[in-house]
Amino acid sequence: MDEVNAAAPVIEAKGLNLVFQTADGPVQALKDVNLTVGAGEFVSFIGPSGCGKTTFLRAVAALEHPTSGSLTVNGMTPDEARRRRAYGYVFQAAGLYPWRTIAGNIRLPLEIMGFSKAEIASRVDRVLDLVELGGFGRKFPWQLSGGMQQRASIARALAFDADILLMDEPFGALDEIVRDRLNEEVLKLWARTGKTIGFVTHSIPEAVYLSTRIVVMSPRPGRITDVIDSALPKERPLDIRDSREFIEIAHRVREGLRAGHHDD
Amino acid sequence: MSRSTPHWTVQTDDTMHWIAFIGVVACALAAVGFVSPGLAGILGFWIVAWVINLWVARYLGAFAGWLVPIIFGITILLLWEMVVAVYAVPPVILPAPSAIGATIVRAAPILWQDFAQTILKGAMPGFLIGAGAAFLTAIAIDRSPFLQRGLLPIGSFVAALPIVGLAPILVMWFGFDWQSKAAVVVVMVFFPILINIVAGLQASERMQRDLMATWGASYLQTLVKLRLPAAMPFLFNGLKIASTLALIGAIVAEFFGSPIYGMGFRISTEVGRLGLDMVWATIAVAALAGSVLYGLIALIERWVTFWHPSQRH
Repeated sequence: MDEVNAAAPVIEAKGLNLVFQTADGPVQALKDVNLTVGAGEFVSFIGPSGCGKTTFLRAVAALEHPTSGSLTVNGMTPDEARRRRAYGYVFQAAGLYPWRTIAGNIRLPLEIMGFSKAEIASRVDRVLDLVELGGFGRKFPWQLSGGMQQRASIARALAFDADILLMDEPFGALDEIVRDRLNEEVLKLWARTGKTIGFVTHSIPEAVYLSTRIVVMSPRPGRITDVIDSALPKERPLDIRDSREFIEIAHRVREGLRAGHHDD
Repeated sequence: MSRSTPHWTVQTDDTMHWIAFIGVVACALAAVGFVSPGLAGILGFWIVAWVINLWVARYLGAFAGWLVPIIFGITILLLWEMVVAVYAVPPVILPAPSAIGATIVRAAPILWQDFAQTILKGAMPGFLIGAGAAFLTAIAIDRSPFLQRGLLPIGSFVAALPIVGLAPILVMWFGFDWQSKAAVVVVMVFFPILINIVAGLQASERMQRDLMATWGASYLQTLVKLRLPAAMPFLFNGLKIASTLALIGAIVAEFFGSPIYGMGFRISTEVGRLGLDMVWATIAVAALAGSVLYGLIALIERWVTFWHPSQRH
């Protein structure tokens, strides 16, 4: 099973187009997007707003529907993959339900998926420890800081152990210090779980620090302008960001973003 | 003039100011008393009660929450009593609270019978049936855009019908007893509850609904685990509005036909024979019942929507 996954692409987009019909006429959110993501990769999507990075992630999650082209997730259509609970999705805001405790929020997807009571209890404890929120299970979301809420929402996405984790600017609303720490934690989590991660960001250092591959996108129409493989080692302390390699990759990302802008 | 003095005085906490304040007030009251001793008594009592409440609010922080309104209520009743006594107001215009109290005690069995007929048999079942029907209709509307376009206009049309037109018709249809009053109440409470639940079902955030979709949740799961809890603050708004409407509906509907008891019947017949003390006693019962019903709903609301920013403390 694992060998098959390693060989087959997890996310595969071919000639993908997505057009939104708006009041001002059609908007091409994605144009001719081709991308293959293998199992265990950490792929970041970076670009200015309107470049389609979030739209692409939402299309993978079957929250948006492509107009043409093909998109498969684990060899299935995105909608089939969604119904088989192939991925966990972390949104920009934590989106915790205020009437449920932190543990209750993490329990929610498990209840919906019909896990047994004992299984739910053990999974909740495990993912709470994983995001270092052990002991906070009985708190309500509004009693925690923004960073802790976002960690809880990551725990919620991890609880049902999907192979794919999709994260849409999960730390965009947090301050730099909290963001650094959560970036480290995400990397550790990725190393421990071996999940395939799709990560949308508009921060160059964040993208370079986290990813094995960086997809640079540009707007009007939303498209991929560059795909950069990162040669950074899997083990990444925070100060790797001062290394020569890191700066070189960041430079290339910045060039890619600038090139996209000149096209306007 | 003397209105602003105690405010400033109490805030400074200064004994000299207190003495000056009491002196000024005493002189002013003495001057008024020279012309009208009764008015001086009423004003004096009012100022004393006011200062007591200020003092309680300032120095008895923990008790102030419930002590201040009690003192305020007692003050109003006593002032009312004094005004009626001092100026010999005819009971037909305004009976004294003590007279109303005496009537309540004397006519307790009748008032209880009226209360049971109008509130327990008319208003409550009507309120529950109306709320239940509104809830089920809201779910139906939510499932089907067709019904949303069809049922909401009908609901608002029924809500716009004046009760004086509706009540006689429903009395004809359902008879003189409580059933017709319950029917009036159903019609009155249905729409405000309905539009509140319909609005509440739209209140969950898009991201929260997207989350449900990513977990492959069914319509029913999304409804039960997300959209209904998110709708609760709206539902309780509707229930609170409807609770007062239910009492009004049940009482007013009795004007158009009822057995020889019931609060609306009592008010209309006692007015006819100038038994104003009985009218006031019935109004007191109605006010009390309304407050208790409203308070009960607010209490349940606090328990159910503890998570809502308006309920967090």
